[in-house]
Amino acid sequence: MTAPATTAPDKEEPADEARAADDPFDRDVLPTPPGATGALLRSLLAPMKARVAVTTLLLLLQQAAVQAGPLLVAYAIDRAVPAFRDQDHGPLVAVGAGYLLCSLAAGGLQYAFIAASARVNQDVLLDLRGRIFRHAQALSVDFHERYTSGRLISRSTTDVESLRELLDEGLQELVTVVLSFVYISAMLLWLDLGLGAVAVASFVPLYGLVRMYRRRAGRVYRQRSTAIAAVIVKFVETMNGIRPVRAFRREAANDAGFAVLNRRHERTNGDALLEMARYVVGSRLVANTAVAGIVLWGAYRVADDTLALGALAAAVLYLRRLYDPIDRLGMFLNSYQSAAASLEKIAGLLAQTPSVPEPPAPKELPAKASEHPGREVVFDGVRFAYRTGGEVLPRFDLTIPAGQTVAVVGSTGAGKSTLAKLLARFYDPSEGRVLLDGTDLRDLALPELRRGVVMVTQEAFLFSGTVAENIAIGRPEATREEIERAAKAIGAHDFIAALPDGYDTDVRKRGGRISAGQRQLVAFARALLADPAVLILDEATSSLDVPGERAVQRAMATVLRGRTAVVIAHRLSTVEIADRVLVMEHGRIVEDGAPAELIAGTGRFADLHRAWRDSLA
Amino acid sequence: MPTTPVSAEDRSAVRSLLRLWPFVRPVRARLLTAAFVAIVASCVGLVIPLVLKWMVDGPVADRDPAGVWLGALYLLLLGFAEALLFGLRRWLVARPLSSVEAEMRAALYRHLQRLPVAFHDRWPSGQLLSRGTTDLMLLRMFLAFPLTFLLVNGVTILVGVVIMLVQDWTLGLVVLGPAVPVMVTCAVFEKKYSEVARLAQDQVGDLTTVVEESVLGIRIVKGFGRHRSQARKFRELSRTLRGTELRKARLLAAIWAVIVTLPELAIGAALVVGAVRVADGQLSAGTLVAFLSTALALRWPVESIGFLLAMSQEAATATERYFEVMDAEVEAGVAAGSRAAGAARVGDGGTSQAVQALGEAPRSAEQRVNPGAGTNAGHGGGLRFEGVRFRYPDAPPDSPPLLDRVDLHIRPGESMALVGATGSGKTTLTALVPRLHEVTSGRITLDGEDITALPREELRAMVAVAFEEPTLFSASVADNVLMGAGEGAGADELERALAVAQADFVHALPEGTATQVGEQGLSLSGGQRQRLALARAVVGRPRFLVLDDPLSALDVHTEAAVEAALRHVLADTTALIVAHRPSTVLLADRVALLSGGRIAAVGTHQELLRTNAEYAHLMSGRDEHEELQEGDDR
Repeated sequence: MTAPATTAPDKEEPADEARAADDPFDRDVLPTPPGATGALLRSLLAPMKARVAVTTLLLLLQQAAVQAGPLLVAYAIDRAVPAFRDQDHGPLVAVGAGYLLCSLAAGGLQYAFIAASARVNQDVLLDLRGRIFRHAQALSVDFHERYTSGRLISRSTTDVESLRELLDEGLQELVTVVLSFVYISAMLLWLDLGLGAVAVASFVPLYGLVRMYRRRAGRVYRQRSTAIAAVIVKFVETMNGIRPVRAFRREAANDAGFAVLNRRHERTNGDALLEMARYVVGSRLVANTAVAGIVLWGAYRVADDTLALGALAAAVLYLRRLYDPIDRLGMFLNSYQSAAASLEKIAGLLAQTPSVPEPPAPKELPAKASEHPGREVVFDGVRFAYRTGGEVLPRFDLTIPAGQTVAVVGSTGAGKSTLAKLLARFYDPSEGRVLLDGTDLRDLALPELRRGVVMVTQEAFLFSGTVAENIAIGRPEATREEIERAAKAIGAHDFIAALPDGYDTDVRKRGGRISAGQRQLVAFARALLADPAVLILDEATSSLDVPGERAVQRAMATVLRGRTAVVIAHRLSTVEIADRVLVMEHGRIVEDGAPAELIAGTGRFADLHRAWRDSLA
Repeated sequence: MPTTPVSAEDRSAVRSLLRLWPFVRPVRARLLTAAFVAIVASCVGLVIPLVLKWMVDGPVADRDPAGVWLGALYLLLLGFAEALLFGLRRWLVARPLSSVEAEMRAALYRHLQRLPVAFHDRWPSGQLLSRGTTDLMLLRMFLAFPLTFLLVNGVTILVGVVIMLVQDWTLGLVVLGPAVPVMVTCAVFEKKYSEVARLAQDQVGDLTTVVEESVLGIRIVKGFGRHRSQARKFRELSRTLRGTELRKARLLAAIWAVIVTLPELAIGAALVVGAVRVADGQLSAGTLVAFLSTALALRWPVESIGFLLAMSQEAATATERYFEVMDAEVEAGVAAGSRAAGAARVGDGGTSQAVQALGEAPRSAEQRVNPGAGTNAGHGGGLRFEGVRFRYPDAPPDSPPLLDRVDLHIRPGESMALVGATGSGKTTLTALVPRLHEVTSGRITLDGEDITALPREELRAMVAVAFEEPTLFSASVADNVLMGAGEGAGADELERALAVAQADFVHALPEGTATQVGEQGLSLSGGQRQRLALARAVVGRPRFLVLDDPLSALDVHTEAAVEAALRHVLADTTALIVAHRPSTVLLADRVALLSGGRIAAVGTHQELLRTNAEYAHLMSGRDEHEELQEGDDR
């Protein structure tokens, strides 16, 4: 954010590469398996095969209608005019009728083609957008912690957009270009073998140019895609942190930081346009030279009487058209390169396997042993370390009987949240198993898992929509009555009822007008509504005031009855409702016992508790 | 064939696009030169058929080899000229157009950073982002192609028409026949198209918002296993977008169909008429070839007008969307340079503030020379709220204000805890001090000086804030903390601030204080982030400190240590501290109770505990009689 020197993307290339060796996330280049980009494109287009074929056919017919023009001209000059002079009006009438037909067909087919291809394109985009979205949602929390939201947003907006451009214009360009090359070459060859051969020969240098352009533009476009993603990351971060930006007068420093990223995007953008300019000059030179050569030769042959004047006229008209699509080929390559760079990034994202995968053969939780909602939790020889190394939780065993409320305390970084995340299956253990009523969490399909375990975190994010909708995230099929009951149980009903539209109040952008404490209450109501067997509260009351926390605790005392609960809290008041306390330090459980027992002892918890009592004054 | 591409119905689009002028101005010379070059290149393209005619009628018919060579040489030269001119045009605009896009994006970013916080509360950042990315790309493309080529093609068509009319008057008129119907249909469709285009762009913005939320709220989505319902929401929106895009495509297809068919029909008619006249000997074969060659050469310029207009329409809506944000009033008193010339429009809301700020600026400038002037003012010193009322600008005008006559005086060097029930407006009250929101009426003074009279920069330098939600930016720990200090603050200040906030953990991070945190760095726990945010607030030794529940995420031991260190800082700082708990309240010298939009009571913690039932309830969470019992026990 601030000084350019400290922001990784601002470093010059070599430094970037040095970092990239450590962590691909730093440079926004995820490993893409070779051929993944092509495979992605193929898999997107595969279900559309038939429709792509129909669309191509429409375009083929349309081009046939359009390209018939010069042929009719040649026929008119060489046949119809002499026939007309001989009072035979038939051929000229035929030319007129033919032209009329071709014009109507060209227009009608054009309409049909655009409409049909738009359907294909939009379906492909729908598919791709959905895939990115679903995949991003399926990827585990640790991925999200590393991949930054700005990049994900960039993947599903600007990167999809560049594929859209390719599909909207590019593919049509390509088909038109290829078709007209084929058509016109065929026509030229048919009109005159020699002239046609020369025209076809001119494709060789053109092909070389295209290849060179592809290579150079590809590099530039990849740089550009990375550059715009960096711009987006910065943009999103600033807008989401607008209050501190304001309060700490970061505006000017941000402007400067943004300018660096923005300028880099500007530079790559300019590079891309210049590559295009080079290509256009080169291809036009080749094309115009070929036209001059062919006309010269053609003229000589007319002089020798080995070529009809009409045929030369038609050939010249065709020649002009032959090279018309070169620019459009450039445009296609343009969109193609840009889309390829984007697709590569998307493919890289889609190639990420969730580190917390869905089970191939999901199991069901066993029927409950008692009428109580709770279930037994067992950490069986669990150890957790980040993939990058660094052990967070050394191997441990822990059993929480069904219905028990366990408070986990300890200083920041002691591993409390990691324990909770393992139980919620945000992470999977590096070793060992986490069992819910004897079933490994890894064997549970997500809906079943969430009937079992729900976690409420301290960051009480609200989605846009109404308050009621936000609570209903806990259980989408809940009735309004059930939603209100949950809100009442947690003490959130009063403030919600006081909102302008009550439960139907739109919380707008991340609940800007709903205080942090109120948001936590909504988050609680959500969890209550979800009605899980095991409830995890990760510092979920930090922003509540004392009465709010009391209300929540009172509600919890009833709600948690019979339910298994893991409560992580630095407020020891929460401990009052716990049956058991775990004290963690450096990833280990150092004390374990009933609250009263520990308080009476001389351990860390007794100290903590004393400190807390004192803080209450 | 249409020679004036923009018809009367499109004038509003033109008006929108004209607003781009301030951004285009710096590159106008390049752009004009490029357009001129493009016109010349197109005209060169039109001359080529004339050379062909000359060859067919002259040297070829006369069997004159030297003439044929000369003709071919002309062709070659013209071809080279055309190629180089095309390249020159692109070379001329490549850098300038990228810079226009970048400039507009930077202006948007600058502007957004200075818009009132209330604006950001209303606008989802996805909508803002889509304006800063896709919309601006559309505009760049508009400047690169449609703008130039509407002109170039217009001129090309005009020149082509003149050439055709000169060659053969009758045939020329036949070819011109469909011009009027084409123009009329285009106008009708373009109007519809622009509406659909706008709808599509807005829907893209909505989709972006869903993506963003689902990413930012990923823990909740995962915690409740709501992938499916999020995915459903996303699918519905993207389906709607697909529908809109298809409608757009059908309109575009209709325009294309008309533009392809009608001119082609005219050319067919010209061919028949021309052939008859060649047969009658009134016309040479060479002229007919040249004429048709010219007509066919014009086909692309004519056909392209359809999509050029469509692109222009999209660019016009993109411009509208862009300026919707750029027209929003920035906070008064912020450097006016942040506004792009011509982009600012004085709205009714901001005028009075702007005038006020301008009017009082000289006074504050004087006081800046003598910074001690305010501090000695005994009765007006410190932080004072006088009859402060506040209602969110977008709240219904008849709703009761959130804050209603708040009167509170925090003496210089005193720290005041602010206590109140959840949702009572504590956070809002703190946001008024650095003017993140503007008071509806009443005034707030710092050492006797009205905060509205201070330039915001200066005000925010005087008042440091730690927010409830500790946001860290993608930068090193040191940068994140030091952004609270002025220029030149160094390692000493950093260490001191980290010590106050008990944030020693940073030294254990992989790269110490140089470790990257924030969205693109290491993710820290809530308690760690909160301590860094606190360090950021105290690092600049501000005269005024506003802390919004600064210790909520800390564990008991850390909290006690932070409190001990914070007491030193607070000893000579005027501070307002939002507190939820007795431990935090005890940091302060006195407590104010915010209730029903007013300050209901002020006193020490003990006083209020004894005398104020609501306060006692807030601090203990127990009902009053319980509280009394506890008092008896003591």
